[in-house]
Amino acid sequence: MSQKVLLNATDINIILHRLACQLIENHKDFSNTVLIGLQPRGKYLANRLAQMLTTEYKIKNLQLGLLDITFYRDDFRRGDKIHEANSTEIDFIVEDKNVVFIDDVLYTGRSIRAALTAIQSFGRPNEIELLTLIDRRFSRHLPIQPNYRGRQVDAINEEKVIVSWKENDGEDAVYLVNS
Amino acid sequence: MSELSVNHLLGIKNLQEKDIQLIFETADHFKKVINRPIKKVPSLRDITIANLFFENSTRTKLSFELAEKRLSADVINFSAGQSSVKKGETLIDTVNNILSMKVDMVVMRHPNPGACVFLSKHIKANIINAGDGAHEHPTQALLDSYSIRERLGDVAGKNVVIVGDILHSRVALSNIYALKLQGANVMVCGPKTLLPKYIDKLGVKVETNLRKALEWCDVANMLRVQNERMDISYFPSTREYTQQFGVNKALLDSLNKEITIMHPGPINRGVEITSDVADSKQAIILDQVQNGVAVRMAVIYLLASKIKQ
Repeated sequence: MSQKVLLNATDINIILHRLACQLIENHKDFSNTVLIGLQPRGKYLANRLAQMLTTEYKIKNLQLGLLDITFYRDDFRRGDKIHEANSTEIDFIVEDKNVVFIDDVLYTGRSIRAALTAIQSFGRPNEIELLTLIDRRFSRHLPIQPNYRGRQVDAINEEKVIVSWKENDGEDAVYLVNS
Repeated sequence: MSELSVNHLLGIKNLQEKDIQLIFETADHFKKVINRPIKKVPSLRDITIANLFFENSTRTKLSFELAEKRLSADVINFSAGQSSVKKGETLIDTVNNILSMKVDMVVMRHPNPGACVFLSKHIKANIINAGDGAHEHPTQALLDSYSIRERLGDVAGKNVVIVGDILHSRVALSNIYALKLQGANVMVCGPKTLLPKYIDKLGVKVETNLRKALEWCDVANMLRVQNERMDISYFPSTREYTQQFGVNKALLDSLNKEITIMHPGPINRGVEITSDVADSKQAIILDQVQNGVAVRMAVIYLLASKIKQ
């Protein structure tokens, strides 16, 4: 097994600032925008960005939610793996809001498809955008592309992209693992 | 994620403690789902479930059907009253006929104890027992424990008394298994004629004085007097039963603590509990009904995840 560092803590910090600025460019004061982190792994990126936007860029009343897509997946009963449900924490209505989905890695696009279905339970958003830290292009099964991407990665299917976060995994880093 | 240790939910007796915890954790998620503006998830859209009710039921059938529909399963319903069972068809034949229409899961209520176990040995579909005679009613016990957990935080260590017709009650037996498995202390209370012999062998306390039982407990689960199952007189009159084993507001107020009142329904108002108790804040009867849908969604979801493509 070989492993290569794609991004270190400094790279990630720079990228997070860029993504935050890009969000501000499009969403101004976020008065009609909500951020939705996709469970389980999008939670860390969403929390980081929300914290950065409120403390460093002084965005007030930023709304952040977490969406679990377990019951909306299209691979139920189709693999050996049983998916564990996580909590959905959306205590607002997304009706007519501009929604930004936040996830760490965009791969096949199937999770995003599930999220697009799941979010409908909370109303009809005005528009939905997608922000991902890593975009594994050439791996898509569905016509889904991110609006904001941290880094584009050309990885073959045998390779895995692992994103670790300081608060959960002890360090900020992105690895490309060849198994 | 861990999965259930069983392929059928035939009774609580076959479950392990971790199964119950898994069902409850999954039910927590579904409880949130059914309180959203859109109360549905698409997980089971390629699963067909048959609800076979060989015995009358209102709320269990509605609850199962709602749970199935909230998971997007296709549902077919069957009631013995309007079927070929009356023409002499056997249980296996009836079920096999239904299964040949490509059904993946069966929810069955049957007047004979063990009907679901029997069926599970002869057919391929996953089976959920929705009550078999006076034997078990596992989803009711699960939703009862779930409601206790919701109200009191935990089931372990709590004192729970089951009051009434223990002899004819599948709810009582399933509840005893479920509560014991989770580490609760269980007592049964009722007229001697309605307490099965050797019930204490299940590890429960036995009491015939309602006041003493209520003073001991944190939760009282009041069972319905099942007149339809009584072939002989087990007590002199309904009025006398109510005087001895009915709970009223005055009795509850005279206790030195506030206990939680449960009832699996349907209530005989004025017999086992009075209206002011049933409608009081101490009663969680309607919470039980709501939790029933979430718990049944969890059971169906977890069993369905074991059906391979």
